[in-house]
Amino acid sequence: MAASPHTLSSRLLTGWVGGCVWYLERRAMQESPHKFMHLFRNINKQWITFQHFNFLKRMYVTQLNRSLNQQVKPKPEPVTSPFLEKTSSGQAKAEVHELRPISPPSLPLSRKANEKELIELESASVIEASIDVGNATKEEKQWKEMKLHVDDLPGILARLSKIKLTALVVSTTSAGFALAPGPFDWPCFLLTLLGTGLASCAANSINQFFEVPFDSNMNRTKNRPLVRGQISPLLAVSFATCCALPGVALLTWGVNPLTGALGVFNIFLYTCCYTPLKRISIANTWVGAVVGAIPPVMGWTAATGCLDAGAFLLGGILYSWQFPHFNALSWGLREDYSRGGYCMMSVTHPALCRRVALRHCLALIGLSTAAPILDVTTWTFPVISLPINLYISYLGFRFYRDADRKSSRKLFFCSLWHLPLFLLLMLTCKQPPGGGSDKGEPQS
Amino acid sequence: MASLRSGRRTVVSHLCRAFTGPGSHLAPERGAPRRDAAPSRVSRFCPPRKSCYDWIGPPDKCSNLRPVHFYIPENESPLEQKLRELRQETQEWNQQFWANQNLTFRKEKEEFIHSRLKAKGLGLRAESGQKATLNAEEMADFYKEFLSKNFQKHMYYNRDWYKRNFAITYFMGKVALEKIWNKLRLKQKKTIN
Repeated sequence: MAASPHTLSSRLLTGWVGGCVWYLERRAMQESPHKFMHLFRNINKQWITFQHFNFLKRMYVTQLNRSLNQQVKPKPEPVTSPFLEKTSSGQAKAEVHELRPISPPSLPLSRKANEKELIELESASVIEASIDVGNATKEEKQWKEMKLHVDDLPGILARLSKIKLTALVVSTTSAGFALAPGPFDWPCFLLTLLGTGLASCAANSINQFFEVPFDSNMNRTKNRPLVRGQISPLLAVSFATCCALPGVALLTWGVNPLTGALGVFNIFLYTCCYTPLKRISIANTWVGAVVGAIPPVMGWTAATGCLDAGAFLLGGILYSWQFPHFNALSWGLREDYSRGGYCMMSVTHPALCRRVALRHCLALIGLSTAAPILDVTTWTFPVISLPINLYISYLGFRFYRDADRKSSRKLFFCSLWHLPLFLLLMLTCKQPPGGGSDKGEPQS
Repeated sequence: MASLRSGRRTVVSHLCRAFTGPGSHLAPERGAPRRDAAPSRVSRFCPPRKSCYDWIGPPDKCSNLRPVHFYIPENESPLEQKLRELRQETQEWNQQFWANQNLTFRKEKEEFIHSRLKAKGLGLRAESGQKATLNAEEMADFYKEFLSKNFQKHMYYNRDWYKRNFAITYFMGKVALEKIWNKLRLKQKKTIN
């Protein structure tokens, strides 16, 4: 979703490391190859120093890395797998054969030449061992023990439950609760937030449980806990159950059964409908929009106990907001979606994708006008929200017309601040109790 | 060596068919070199002797999946063995699918770029000497085509992945319960003695 500080710092680190490797490679390439000859001639005199070994090791490791990088670039014949075989430590024998032709006095014609070859073999095997060590330790360091440390568990579970997204969902629920008419009940409010938060954690964990191989293949999601093996699938499912059961129980018995039912429905919709549907049909986006719309409705029903027009209005606002948000995000991920097998509008129906985003930007203007009509807010609201609504509609129009990465990113980042501001303005323009209700609707 | 490889191929293809059913798009013939590479690459890493946990490695270059080296305890129960073998087999199946998928994607992407550049009358290299590429909008046709071409393949993969994932988690649960049960029985025995 948003470019968090974590992704930014990890990108910087990758850039720095990449820069270091490039520098080392350049230095190694610049060293002249006839230093090899010098070394093998000196083997007779057994003049091998530790520095020479290190230099060789570095040169081989960086040269291997270089050729590895070259092979991994796309070529018509997939030669990557047999080549990768060679570079691992077990196949270092091949490197010994490569070493031999370089050494000048390798032809065993005389006894002295035999001796030389013997010493060469010894040195070659020592070099091979040092290369082995070089390659093996580098790869070995990247292997991690799959042991769960209790200290790491909170962080792992936070990432598993997509805690930032959960926080956003909970804030939309709180907006729904706050906008609902009637006296503000603090205990009910806190129970609603807690219950919704737990339900969201459960749903997100199950989503990650289902999507491990797909998440591994997409840049955005490849650092998730299940992908990295920091947690087992059993633990993820257990955690989800331990969140879902108390969460739903809290909503059903602590708040009201309607809110509990909506919570269960939302978990089901997200895990059993939206997640599998992502790989079957583009309809997943509409289902996902409903998933996003339900939390504020839950907040409203928690406060009022019924699903009235105001609840649907709030749901409608979040529903419409999902489209410019998600469609703009998905525009830059088309390659990953195509390779991973995700059916998204941005890949299969790009024109529809942009049309729908624009349509729903304009719908937000309509919905903000409907707010005073439904007695949710005063008439001030459509007026003061018009600037931000017009701005997002303008960006939606630019995205529709230009259809490029720049306009999609602008629209996406706008959607990130547009929603909180929109809800905040709605809260400030909330219809005061007993004011302006000509319709005579009973406000419970 | 060739006969051994073909023998292994038929065994694994039987296992794959048992899980996937007819009409599967898993191609054992194409995947044979990769399948040999995946287990041998995993086993080349040796975890420290004291460790009694599984070890997970860096993402594979082709499949982007992280290989797991499974720990075999001394007193492994039949249930634990079944779980381990299921996880090992699923890992190999997954590695093969995604390595194949990613390589095919890269290959077809290159071909698409070449053909489009040819159609435009441009060479493979731009004037600056860098590799010529198409912009995102031109690539969109390729992404759409690739997705629809592989749709059926993904359907079968999804179905099998969900089955395997549930099976593995179910067996993990069973193994965990078995361990707890054994511990309780041991405690009971001790208190009786």
